[in-house]
Amino acid sequence: MSVDLEKLAQEEYKYGFVTDVEQEIAPKGLNEDIIRMISSKKNEPEWLLEWRLGAYERWKKMKEPRWAFLRYPEIDFNDISYYAAPKSNPRPKSLDEIDPEIKETYDKLGIPLEEQKMLAGVAVDAVFDSVSVFTTFKEKLAEEGVIFCSISEAVEEYPDFVRKYLGSVVPRGDNFYAALNSAVFTDGSFVYIPKGVRCPMELSTYFRINAENTGQFERTLIIAEEGSYVSYLEGCTAPQRDQNQLHAAVVELIAHNDATIKYSTIQNWYPGDKQGKGGIYNFVTKRGRCVGRSSRISWTQVETGSAITWKYPSCVLEGDNSVGEFYSVALTNRCQQADTGTKMVHVGKNTSSTIISKGISAGEGQNVYRGLVEIGKNAEKARNYTQCDSMLIGDRCGAHTFPYIEVRNSTAHMEHEASTSKIGEDQMFYCRQRGLSAEDAVSLIVNGFCKEVFKELPFEFAVEAEKLLSVSLEGSVG
Amino acid sequence: MLEVKNLHVQVDDKEILKGMNITVAPGEVHSIMGPNGSGKSTLAQVLAGKEAYEVTEGEVTFQGKDLLDLEPEERACEGIFLAFQYPVEIPGVANTYLLREALNAKREYRDEKPLKHVEFGKLAREKMKALGIDEDLLKRSVNTGFSGGEKKRNEIFQMQILEPTLAVLDETDSGLDIDALKIVANGVNSMRDSGRSFIVITHYQRLLNYIVPDFVHVMVDGKIVRSGGKELAHELEEKGYAGF
Ligand SMILES: Nc1ncnc2c1ncn2[C@@H]1O[C@H](COP(=O)(O)OP(=O)(O)O)[C@@H](O)[C@H]1O
Ligand SMILES: [Mg+2]
Repeated sequence: MSVDLEKLAQEEYKYGFVTDVEQEIAPKGLNEDIIRMISSKKNEPEWLLEWRLGAYERWKKMKEPRWAFLRYPEIDFNDISYYAAPKSNPRPKSLDEIDPEIKETYDKLGIPLEEQKMLAGVAVDAVFDSVSVFTTFKEKLAEEGVIFCSISEAVEEYPDFVRKYLGSVVPRGDNFYAALNSAVFTDGSFVYIPKGVRCPMELSTYFRINAENTGQFERTLIIAEEGSYVSYLEGCTAPQRDQNQLHAAVVELIAHNDATIKYSTIQNWYPGDKQGKGGIYNFVTKRGRCVGRSSRISWTQVETGSAITWKYPSCVLEGDNSVGEFYSVALTNRCQQADTGTKMVHVGKNTSSTIISKGISAGEGQNVYRGLVEIGKNAEKARNYTQCDSMLIGDRCGAHTFPYIEVRNSTAHMEHEASTSKIGEDQMFYCRQRGLSAEDAVSLIVNGFCKEVFKELPFEFAVEAEKLLSVSLEGSVG
Repeated sequence: MLEVKNLHVQVDDKEILKGMNITVAPGEVHSIMGPNGSGKSTLAQVLAGKEAYEVTEGEVTFQGKDLLDLEPEERACEGIFLAFQYPVEIPGVANTYLLREALNAKREYRDEKPLKHVEFGKLAREKMKALGIDEDLLKRSVNTGFSGGEKKRNEIFQMQILEPTLAVLDETDSGLDIDALKIVANGVNSMRDSGRSFIVITHYQRLLNYIVPDFVHVMVDGKIVRSGGKELAHELEEKGYAGF
């Protein structure tokens, strides 16, 4: 009788199916023509095409960053297709106009697009490969003046907003992957919350990669005007394929005076098989600017998928008294690798930030927390609290933390706590002695470990996240 | 109910139990006493199925089944409960949550329907009251930041909910003041019946004034060196373990 924490009997990835729809796919490779093609497909104005081309120019001169604690082969950026869209109705007005295959896909993913079947109070923008296929509850939101649509639609309908804010948080030359995204981004969500409005429902985007050998490059832009509030959630899945697929998104958030943006992610891209074959390479730039005083941006992420995760949702705290938060659970099982964390840049006075990171490594997974807290010279009385906890399941996995701190104002108050624990044999035994199976015991203990982060998620999604974590852990004990 | 025959157990090549024998019939309360390091907790953990302990010789049968063949959770579902000497902390997991999962695992094992939140809540509050446990303790994370006394009382509370057939209490009395000790003893006594047995491991005779055992065994260096009735405990109290 023995509990072999190392034995990995793998559970199949539940969302690994492929949808059979007729797709229009751009030829592989990246060049100006491809960018022009994407731009014209989307009927974009000239300035946006120029913006893309400028980004491409910068990107060509940049080097792929290799400073992260990640091991993966050279990515051939000319072996990827940069645009894939279902051939059916590009912007359906109603559900009947959506390709039934696509609708069924979302049903299977547990995201029915019929409004009456949806979780009460959640509006969804569904992005399928390179395009947004449907956004629910648009009318209802419009009553409050809330704009929730695909970014392509926003470019056409609300060009002034897009022009003003696109790249204002993550400039197109910010980093290699942000530049790539700026050149070729295809779709994503756009949210605008007017002054004083508390968005009446959760907004969410569901990203689905379906086509083979294509990358997904979505762009999300959220603007919260003075005194407004929005809670936004993104979910992601992809089919099970032997080849690695690239996902390079950019998310920009802007919070004005007294505005709050809560941004939650449940990332469940295909993680690859147990030998480490296939899976999504996830290189994402997410950043928010608290431009207004007493504004707040809160990032919550539950990262269980992807073969490679490279992602540092950050806050630039410009407004006095503004608040930045980062709550993260990252789980790496099998051969998954994650290098994730945050940057909190304190510019204004009395700004405060909280970082809570929970890394769980199982199988041969490698998990890195990398964080930077920067206190600028004018950031009087800035405060930061950082807590990074790592949990190891088995002894072939790894956890690493790289906290960087730069303080240029002596009134800053910094607190840092870190811990690494092996999942306790004693905790396991205790639970099993009470009657729980080994698997249930691991999932109970790990969920307990992540509690502080899960409680930041909207309720329905917290339940989802717990389930997801249990599924992702399946096979981590034998 | 339980029969332990010639049990030899080692950890890291060191033999700890060296031919242990004990037979417990339904309804009996046995007490095992012995100096520190004599192997009492080892016996308790081996009965519960802790894998770090290697059984090199001997056999253990529980209700006709080969106990050593079962996983810890199977033993639990078969009716074995261990009140740990050092209950472990599990941060972030609500005490009630673990307990409800445990009870429902046991019910599922017996093909019974799981208890609903409300039903469980009612049951829990009932038991808690009798043990003088604060409702607050249910919501807190398992044993996390509990005082020594709270941890021990929580073990007894779990035992009351899970209703085992054989309960092994490993030094549940240590660190308790007299009032807490009485509460714990009442918790045990209220569960005594003809179908349920207890093995009460203790270092001191004090507890046995409140939980009166049918048999007392003295354990020294991995073996039972003497057995008798409850009067043996008094003898030990007077003479100490030195004579054994
Ligand atoms: N996991 C372990 N690893 C090494 N030695 C152990 C372990 N558990 C118990 N021992 C040793 O076995 C002996 C008996 O311990 P224990 O069963 O805890 O005794 P008691 O409960 O009677 O005080 C002690 O010498 C102790 O150090
Ligand atoms: Mg002991």
